[in-house]
Amino acid sequence: MAVVVFTANLQRHVEAPRVDAPGATVREVLDRVFADNPRLRGYVVDERGALRKHMSIFVDGQQLVDRERLSDLLGPTSELYVMQALSGG
Amino acid sequence: MLLVSTRKGLFVVEGNQLSRALFVGDNVVLTLVDRRDGAWYAVLDHGHFGVKLHRSDDRGATWTELATPAYPPKPEGFVDKDMWGKEREWATKNIWALEPGLDRDGALWAGTMPGGLFRSEDRGGSWQLIDALWHHPTRVKWNGGGADHAAIHSICVDPRDPRTVAVAVSSGGVWRTRDLGATWQPHTRGMKAGYVPPEQAEWPENQDPHHVVQSPSSPDVWWCQHHMGIWRSTNNLESWEQLEAQPSSFGFPVAVHPRHADTAWFVPAHSDQKRTPVTGEVVVTRTRDGGKTFEILREGLPQRFAYDLVLRHALAIADDGDRLAFGSTTGNLWTTADQGDHWHPVASHLPPIYAVRYA
Repeated sequence: MAVVVFTANLQRHVEAPRVDAPGATVREVLDRVFADNPRLRGYVVDERGALRKHMSIFVDGQQLVDRERLSDLLGPTSELYVMQALSGG
Repeated sequence: MLLVSTRKGLFVVEGNQLSRALFVGDNVVLTLVDRRDGAWYAVLDHGHFGVKLHRSDDRGATWTELATPAYPPKPEGFVDKDMWGKEREWATKNIWALEPGLDRDGALWAGTMPGGLFRSEDRGGSWQLIDALWHHPTRVKWNGGGADHAAIHSICVDPRDPRTVAVAVSSGGVWRTRDLGATWQPHTRGMKAGYVPPEQAEWPENQDPHHVVQSPSSPDVWWCQHHMGIWRSTNNLESWEQLEAQPSSFGFPVAVHPRHADTAWFVPAHSDQKRTPVTGEVVVTRTRDGGKTFEILREGLPQRFAYDLVLRHALAIADDGDRLAFGSTTGNLWTTADQGDHWHPVASHLPPIYAVRYA
């Protein structure tokens, strides 16, 4: 079971509480989270399922490698932090 | 009432005064006021979190998030590269045009980056890509002008037949369907591009119309502020004729009078290289004779050290044909009640203004 934490900056637009979700990859875990919270999906990934350009995901402290397919593998107790990159103005 | 879309919120002007600030802190790209049901629509570009569409059925008091137009998956093996040789993502980068589909209650058209036209039949609850335009053979040659991606920014639904719709693309020409999007024809004859080799200057897909409007009262008459200058068509897009205005024919927006097709307004800027008011003087140009002559309107506008740029959706005309408003990237907003003879500052410290619409 992975734990998923979303940036506080998202909360202004859409509810995104910390959740536990099962899955072997980042994609599987997030798909499970989005199934319960459909509006959140479009804020994190685009219609192709790719991570939005200025978003970042840390998997157990490491930057996500596969931003297109989110195929990075997870351990049994992985932590995912869904953050926004420092850009914009 | 006037809706002012800015980099940091949506502002409402009533009686020439700012009265409300909505979506404060959010990047509001543009709005639509649907006169059929009174709904307000707002496009928000959250940057990190993508572009979103909201609707209010109570004039801005409450808003509901709607579906965002979404592209279908790119077919396996489909080659679609931009001018830098980079694979084009089939994903909505922004919504740059939003207009009512007058053929059916609740229908809407949305023009997007990277160039897809979408239609909703349920007030934005769901969207369908117009395949015939997206799969037109020239579409892969459309490219961004000032932006990274091509965008449909002008949508003109013909007042004589709502199944006839024209769109303009930066940078990708002017296209029209007569069958609600099933088939499309280019309409750029007479336009010329100066930013491609001479033999390609008249190719439809190379034209960069910054903004196109159709006269509501004489729908055979069209006005275009093009990257290369001002063009007008008087034969329902069969051909375009180039016009010359002073102090410059360069700019982004154009507005046409609702009842006088020969009367139109532009906000000139100094060439595509500078994109500032000529000699630091903010002016509006107006023609009342179909572009034979242009008047320079400056009463009430700053005439020294002013560097306001007015973007393509940031000039609007009210239904009465007398009131106009325009806003700049410097956050200045001006209105007139006499077709531009006199201008009045409404605000001078708004965030960068992207679009204005009368409600």
